[in-house]
Amino acid sequence: MGMEGIGASVVRKEDKRFITGKGRYVDDIKLLGMTYAHFIRSPHAHAKVKSIDSSAAEAMPGVVAVLTGRQIVDDKVGNLICGWAVTSKDGSPMRMGAWPAMAPETVRFVGQAVAVVIAESKNLARDAAEAVVVEYEELPAVADMPSALKPGAPQLHPEAPGNVVYDWHIGDEAAVNAAFSKAANVVSLELTNNRLAPNAMEPRAAIADYDAAEEHFTLYTTSQNPHVARLVLSAFYNIAPEHKLRVIAPDVGGGFGSKIFIYPEEMVALWASKKVGRPVKWTGDRTEAFLTDAHGRDHISKAEMAFDADNKILGLRVKTHANFGAYMSLFSSSVPTYLYATLLSGQYNIPAIYAEVMGVYTNTTPVDAYRGAGRPEASYLLERLVETAARQLKVDPAELRRKNFITQFPHQTPVIMAYDTGDFNASLDAAMKAIDYAGFPARKAAAKAQGKLRGIGLSCYIEACGIAPSKAVGSLGAGVGLWESAEIRVNPVGTIEVLTGSHSHGQGHETTFCQLIAERLGVPISQVSIVHGDTDKVQFGMGTYGSRSAAVGLTAILKAMEKVEAKAKKIAAHALEASEGDIIIENGEFKVTGTDKSIALPMVALAAYTAHNLPDGMEPGLKESAFYDPTNFTFPAGTYICELEVDQATGKTSFVNFVAADDFGRLINPMIVEGQVHGGLVQGIGQALLEHAVYDSNGQPVTASFMDYAMPRADDVPSFKLSHTTTLCPGNPLGVKGCGEAGAIGASAAVINAITDAIGNNKLEMPATPDRVWHAIHGNA
Amino acid sequence: MYQTTYHRASSVDEAAALFAKGSEAKFLAGGHTLLPVMKQRLASPSDVIDIGKIKDLIGVQLSGDTLVIKAATTYYDIMTNADVQKAIPAISYLTSVLGDPAVRHRGTIGGSIANNDPAADFPAALISLGATVKTNKRAITADDFFKGLFTTALEDGEIITEVAFPVPEKAGYAKMRHPASRFALTGVFVTKTKGGDVRVAATGASQSGVMRVPAIEAALKSNWSASAIDGVTVSASGLLSDIHGSSDYRANLVKVMAQRAVQAAG
Amino acid sequence: MSTVKLTVNGKAVSVEVEDRTLLVHLLRDHLNLTGTHVGCDTSQCGACVVHIDGRSVKSCTVLAAQAAGANVTTIEGIAKGDELHPMQAAFRDNHGLQCGYCTPGMIMSAIDIVHRHGGELDEATVREELEGNICRCTGYHNIVKAVLDAAGRMKVAQAAE
Repeated sequence: MGMEGIGASVVRKEDKRFITGKGRYVDDIKLLGMTYAHFIRSPHAHAKVKSIDSSAAEAMPGVVAVLTGRQIVDDKVGNLICGWAVTSKDGSPMRMGAWPAMAPETVRFVGQAVAVVIAESKNLARDAAEAVVVEYEELPAVADMPSALKPGAPQLHPEAPGNVVYDWHIGDEAAVNAAFSKAANVVSLELTNNRLAPNAMEPRAAIADYDAAEEHFTLYTTSQNPHVARLVLSAFYNIAPEHKLRVIAPDVGGGFGSKIFIYPEEMVALWASKKVGRPVKWTGDRTEAFLTDAHGRDHISKAEMAFDADNKILGLRVKTHANFGAYMSLFSSSVPTYLYATLLSGQYNIPAIYAEVMGVYTNTTPVDAYRGAGRPEASYLLERLVETAARQLKVDPAELRRKNFITQFPHQTPVIMAYDTGDFNASLDAAMKAIDYAGFPARKAAAKAQGKLRGIGLSCYIEACGIAPSKAVGSLGAGVGLWESAEIRVNPVGTIEVLTGSHSHGQGHETTFCQLIAERLGVPISQVSIVHGDTDKVQFGMGTYGSRSAAVGLTAILKAMEKVEAKAKKIAAHALEASEGDIIIENGEFKVTGTDKSIALPMVALAAYTAHNLPDGMEPGLKESAFYDPTNFTFPAGTYICELEVDQATGKTSFVNFVAADDFGRLINPMIVEGQVHGGLVQGIGQALLEHAVYDSNGQPVTASFMDYAMPRADDVPSFKLSHTTTLCPGNPLGVKGCGEAGAIGASAAVINAITDAIGNNKLEMPATPDRVWHAIHGNA
Repeated sequence: MYQTTYHRASSVDEAAALFAKGSEAKFLAGGHTLLPVMKQRLASPSDVIDIGKIKDLIGVQLSGDTLVIKAATTYYDIMTNADVQKAIPAISYLTSVLGDPAVRHRGTIGGSIANNDPAADFPAALISLGATVKTNKRAITADDFFKGLFTTALEDGEIITEVAFPVPEKAGYAKMRHPASRFALTGVFVTKTKGGDVRVAATGASQSGVMRVPAIEAALKSNWSASAIDGVTVSASGLLSDIHGSSDYRANLVKVMAQRAVQAAG
Repeated sequence: MSTVKLTVNGKAVSVEVEDRTLLVHLLRDHLNLTGTHVGCDTSQCGACVVHIDGRSVKSCTVLAAQAAGANVTTIEGIAKGDELHPMQAAFRDNHGLQCGYCTPGMIMSAIDIVHRHGGELDEATVREELEGNICRCTGYHNIVKAVLDAAGRMKVAQAAE
């Protein structure tokens, strides 16, 4: 590795603009003649829209237009889609209710837009919005899954009787029944995976600009995947054909999944900009983020695990209810099915697994992928269940896990996934060593002597990243291919532009992707720039989510790079009058091996573009592209161990130590990888201790601001001790696996296992607020 | 926020006169109570009268057994004031756990008590220490000043000018922070006056705002120690209950925070 | 409407704004200083922190008119030409930022923390003092490292002056 090549902790190229205030986020952009949108949103969880009277608002100063749901439906803007078809046990397709961008007739969650005011300023739009009179007829609402599934419950959509979207299953039920019938011990657990609000710090925003002469739209938007946005806006929402729609995602202030989806606000901004003939800007505020950004998690599960007399796992049975909110968001259907139940084998050899998942409508904000998307739910369930088993079977939790680890690879689980490689003992050992697991009983005793309750909790997670082989996901119902594309332009003076379909919104691609080029060509990363986030610049791409940018996006760059190198070598060989096979690339030079003959990259590039002396028949130029479709998921895995103390008097938890040992395969930039782990861990800890998106029984959100929704702050969380073990991923040439979600997937079980260990009561739900912990300690929960 | 007209007053009298002219005026010092409410469009004052830069309203004076904190003094200036630290360190501590550093740079004691948020910290200090609120019209004892949720004895246009705290023999504050808002989930201020009286006030706990806790006062009066509170039972009746703390949990916190406040007081 | 005169990053400016304008909007919309961000509506996230007369404040909770006559420093005003402020450099060197959205407010708060505490900073103090700044990306680990690193650099810089 060079100073800036693969494996170097290079400081980030993109940082200068962020630390000097020169980042350019959507809300920072101003267009000439820009107008501002303010949405009128339902205050009711379920209601009929009886009438909308906008006459007073339209007469107010600075108001350009008031547009309603009826108009957007009449203009044939398409309903929002769900892009992954999941089929129920009985073979029936999923039952989706229609979701128009603004509701013409019925609202089904608090915050659903019914109309929009377009005005000369943000304040004037908001002033006028208050003058729009919307008459609602309230309908009974269901705010949670048990209420939604009760016989006679209020129904959300006529298409989905009983509020059930699908009743899906995976695995071999008979085999699982057989396993349980011969079990020496059965351990069971009921648990909730709490609903979360993603809360990227930059609220969503959009600017739509319609050019009437060209019949062309430009959309600046806070997106993790601008090409997917253009595809969906074009193919399904009838906004404009793809060549008449440019989507730009400039600097984006965090996503965590919530900015994958194409939301009503972007659709309305585009449609409205054509209607009013001027650019339209919408910037969400934090409350709108709570009301409209797709939430995450929200499962209720029952799980049972069967063990033989030697404590080997025989089988796993899981029944999960997954809350989808009021509408099926873009990838929502896949999250509690193919991204959840397929990971229920965890790191363990489980001969038989059967899982049933029922998707349920409620009068709440739609739920979709949030950092980890299904895998945190699977990991939490499994790691709580195994920990519970260790306690019931009275064996050391580390030893119970070790006894059941998969050690032979490849390993086919009973739930689709084929793990390619891993070394689960190595990461468990590394984590146990880092936290001095052996010394814990003494530390617990010492803490007890001081009146403190100390606990330790393990979590051995595995996840599936780098989604995915397109053919495989297509056969499972995905509506898109999940490859990635890249283009490499070597300019005539030898500088390099890498165009990628991945999108960076904090991940540091502008640095790590350059590191690959530096590694291959030996040029400094300052000579390389990464171009992303603009459909007019990059041909196509699937975007960044599911920890896929290194495994899929960077591999596509490598594939394009290999083509560039092959052509450049031909040019160099021709210029140096050498054989192509003798050319090697070192420090930015093409050398004839075993001689002192060489030609520098800029000269090769210049030769490619002057085309004065190219090999016969060679096209001028030095630019190549590639599409890369992975052959399998990648399987990052690791062990997290948390040691903490609980204040008996208040139930408050304080961290003593938190260690993480991850296997992400090859690391491109360890500094950036560790940053991803830190962030993920805190989101996992936030879920375990603090965060909970709550509705009251009428479907009114209780947590619609940071006053009520507890975000992790610096003083809520510890510093972390990280380490890495390595098995290279055999599925891609770089051997990388993906690191973006691991922390969020593995952390929460470690925390809850540690608290329940400390207090000696296994019955504790997330978030483990001091109130809940105090009740659990005092036995009156 | 709604349209409003901003005025900057240079004296208390000018502020009062500006108030009288406005149809629905509000005073603003640091703005950290009023502006968030205005941003949410829950308040729509016709006029906002900035009293935060009136020199007579800023500063701390310790004279004999009385510590006077002027109304527009920021939390940060209170926290770092040598007289406060010397005379009533519990007040300095209270400001150090109130809001965050940027909020402490702007928020003022006058603004906090005029709002009387049921989870604000300062009302507990005023009640426990037996402070007197002085306005441009009169002096009001803390017991008379706080009138339940977001309500005070202030009349329309009346301006708090200062708060006078009798220097106690001992005082302490302990707070369990609300995990989201960082207000008090429950905070308890305990005071042993120089006359030997004990006054205990809890904030964030009661449905009707800051409250005295007579059972704990009685226990501490006979024995000023944390363990004296061990046997006290605080009733959950009338206490707040929400997703962050049920009423029985808050009742427990009143007791535990009182014990920690006593320990802090020494 | 009122004319608000103040000094921003060392330059005297005079801006005509509605009285309801918040300082953050004066900076962003009228002066095009878009480094100061808005991340919440409730004065909690700290993405909008700037310095007024040398103290950190949340510019979303200050009327522009309240800042009349004051000296305001934003993220755009702390580097000396091409030379980064030690806090900016420490954030970069310690990977104290990811998406960059909370970063300007974090850096402005962090400078204020170091000014108030001098070299007497430890991890626990930094974590306490960052209470008013929310970051969703970094898990705070590297932010805390950056602030402690910068505290050392600022002490050295001060000693050199």
